[in-house]
Amino acid sequence: METIMTRRSFLKKSSLVLAMGAFSGSLKLVNVSSVQATANPSFKPHAFLEIAADNTITVWVGQTNLGQGTHTGIPMVIADELDAAWETVQIKQAPAADPFKDPVWHMQLTGGSTSIRHRWDLLRTVGAAARQMLMEAAAQQWKIPAQKCTTKDGRIIHPEGKSLSYGQLTLAAGKLAVPEKPPLKAPGDYHIIGTPRQRLDIQDKAMGKTVFGMDFTVPGMCTAVVARPPRYGASPESYDDQAAMAVKGVLKVVPFENRIAVCAETAYAAMTGRDALKIKWSKGSMPGLNDAFIDTVFQDHLEKKGAAAKSTGDVKAAFADASQTLEQQYKLHYISHAQVEPINCTAHVEKDRCRIWAPTQGATLAQMTASRITGLPPDKVRVEILPAGGGFGLRGEPDPVTDAILLSKGLDRPVKVINTREDDFSNDYFRPANQSCITAGLDREGRITAWSHKVASQSIMMRLMPQNVQNGIDPDAVSGTVDMPYEIPSHHVTYAMVDLPIQVGWWRSVGYSINAFIVESFMDELAHAAGKDPLQFRLDHMEKGSRAYNILSMAADKGGWDSPVPEGRARGIAVTACFESFAAHMAEVSVDKNGRIKVHRMACAIDCGTAVFPDAIRAQAEAGVVMGLSVAFHEKVSFADGGVKTSNYSDYRVLTMSEVPEIAVHIAHNNLKAGGIGEPVFPSVAPAVANAVFRATGVRLRELPFQTGLLAKG
Amino acid sequence: MITLNVNGKKRTVDADPGTPLLWVLRDNLGFTSVKYTCGISECGMCTVLIDGDAQRSCIVYLDEVLESEITTIEGLPEDHPVKVAWIEKQVPQCGYCQPGIMLQAADFLSREPNPTDVQIDEAMDNVICRCGSHPRIKKAIHLAARLAVKQGG
Ligand code: FES
Ligand code: FES
Repeated sequence: METIMTRRSFLKKSSLVLAMGAFSGSLKLVNVSSVQATANPSFKPHAFLEIAADNTITVWVGQTNLGQGTHTGIPMVIADELDAAWETVQIKQAPAADPFKDPVWHMQLTGGSTSIRHRWDLLRTVGAAARQMLMEAAAQQWKIPAQKCTTKDGRIIHPEGKSLSYGQLTLAAGKLAVPEKPPLKAPGDYHIIGTPRQRLDIQDKAMGKTVFGMDFTVPGMCTAVVARPPRYGASPESYDDQAAMAVKGVLKVVPFENRIAVCAETAYAAMTGRDALKIKWSKGSMPGLNDAFIDTVFQDHLEKKGAAAKSTGDVKAAFADASQTLEQQYKLHYISHAQVEPINCTAHVEKDRCRIWAPTQGATLAQMTASRITGLPPDKVRVEILPAGGGFGLRGEPDPVTDAILLSKGLDRPVKVINTREDDFSNDYFRPANQSCITAGLDREGRITAWSHKVASQSIMMRLMPQNVQNGIDPDAVSGTVDMPYEIPSHHVTYAMVDLPIQVGWWRSVGYSINAFIVESFMDELAHAAGKDPLQFRLDHMEKGSRAYNILSMAADKGGWDSPVPEGRARGIAVTACFESFAAHMAEVSVDKNGRIKVHRMACAIDCGTAVFPDAIRAQAEAGVVMGLSVAFHEKVSFADGGVKTSNYSDYRVLTMSEVPEIAVHIAHNNLKAGGIGEPVFPSVAPAVANAVFRATGVRLRELPFQTGLLAKG
Repeated sequence: MITLNVNGKKRTVDADPGTPLLWVLRDNLGFTSVKYTCGISECGMCTVLIDGDAQRSCIVYLDEVLESEITTIEGLPEDHPVKVAWIEKQVPQCGYCQPGIMLQAADFLSREPNPTDVQIDEAMDNVICRCGSHPRIKKAIHLAARLAVKQGG
């Protein structure tokens, strides 16, 4: 995986990593059971897992709860290998700490659909090792070889039928060494993995009991809102702090760096106080930045030569031999995360310690940010990860942590920094806009012989991980183009890096979310030019029997690609391979004479290896369709006068109930390593719809959001 | 001091009468299940029931509800059909939008006890769920309607 490799190499190189401790290649589990004799000894074969004398099994999860199901999926894997009774399993949220770091990325980060796929071996080993230790403890007590014992539902069973519960063995098991390579189950023996389960966090969420970052309070806390530059590169020229201080509940106005915080007893007072500041801002670094200007910048970049991201074969020669060539341009605008819970962070900096409570996707980064600003060592910085009201990549950014720490330090009390919705839009790190141009050549049989692809976009990596940008290539910007699931003899990809002050960042599926629309739309255009069925044309360019080939076939079979199409409707299909998984979508749409597209149904097929928690996979896949359609139909951030113009949901529409189609999710069952889910189920939604619209109308939509005006008749 | 009826109890608050009810509930009374997201009546996450009607508390002001009975998600019984259905259908993802959506659904079902898909689309079209739990919201509303019939009978 392109992205993984590069993020990993970043981690090895950067100073960030040095602070995080050396790379250890092998998996080492450390028994952390208490050696003190207590009345109720618990067995802790790893920081993840604790078995109490009353048989309660606690799994600590160090990932962030964004509602993706990880907080149930992770304990499901451990409990299965442990042969635990599921009813005895509970979860607790772990803080930022070494044992919870991603074994591949070596930092605690919830993103890249990694929570299970990067811990697949670790989680199974944790459960299996604990089970083996408990068997050993029982065997010692019974004076029989451990191999004679079996396990079931949280009990060790003697060959003669008597048994001991795990809780009865905690003291003895806690004294044993953790086996390094305990045998793992054969997939046929799973009794929790792959079964229907209720998510462990849903009860509280349905009762309104979950405390999100916005809801968190700590004694002595004040709430701050921060006025940040409304235009890139601007700074405050004047403001009325007296007016802000006159607002009841406002405690202090704190100008810092290029922004001004209003700290108050309540959120509402802080917001009202900030409005009263009536700040005059300078013009900023690019006052002429607006939508039209951005478009010309991208157009210019498409003319530039760009850096080579891939060059297989000889496209020039192949074009010369082609029986027909096709060239098209595509355009995607900047879009926002628009996660519902505004960005926030609570921090308390004291003399010899610092505490942070944040719905962060980047726990290690939060800890390091705090350590850098306070000068305290990371082990004196406690980061509590709170449930997040959506994230989609944005919550990896440490900005709110920086602000909360600076303010807590300055005010010498706990401070909760919260954004308003307007702050969230104007300070978002958007999904980068993209304009691309592809030329392809087809031979007489309608096979693609050459594919030349130019990508123009801003680079996310240049800001976050500049070491990863080599020879002018940001690997995230071209993901989905250099590794598309088709075999093409001559394949060139170049990248022209756009330099604008607009903040861009990781957004669900990152480069794939953008490039899959372009690649899968253009594949459809080529199928049409070749006079082939769009499904067959794709399959003809794939390795027969590959996972991508199979999942595309599954989406077509289950979606009924070949079945009669209802009057007035048409179907489209698209596929992607990313985050170690494979997904395909089939859309069925109709278009009325005013150009209104109605998506009647979507079929999604996903191969994510072992399907650990099928209902959560289905939920993510449904969500991927909803978000994919939202991006296809509505989402676009506007810019004016050097900054972000979009300010609230009133000018940033997202998909709502009446536009949600019937969604069928089909999971390919296999025993392979668990792959990603949240991200792979997103990219092929929009192109499947655009391809269906083409079949319905003959009009090709090459822009996101769709320019439906092109479809209106008369 | 102003007195407010929330979930069947009288509570006193020290707040300006022009404060949005949302912030009174969150800041002054600690009902953080009432969520802030847009502040301009666009999303529905701050929804509470005011005398049984789903209303957006970010645009309702304290002095407008002094005589009213306000209900937050905690005010619905644990076995309320909407709560039971939401769990049964595993609706919430991040869950941040759900208290507001559930209250709006409860109000809707009280007026339309046996809704069609189209009626659900219309009634629930003005709320935002960024996570995309819509298909499950729809299923849960149908289930809640069936449960309500059982409970009522
Ligand atoms: S916060 Fe009130 S409708 Fe959005
Ligand atoms: S469940 Fe997250 S916004 Fe609805």
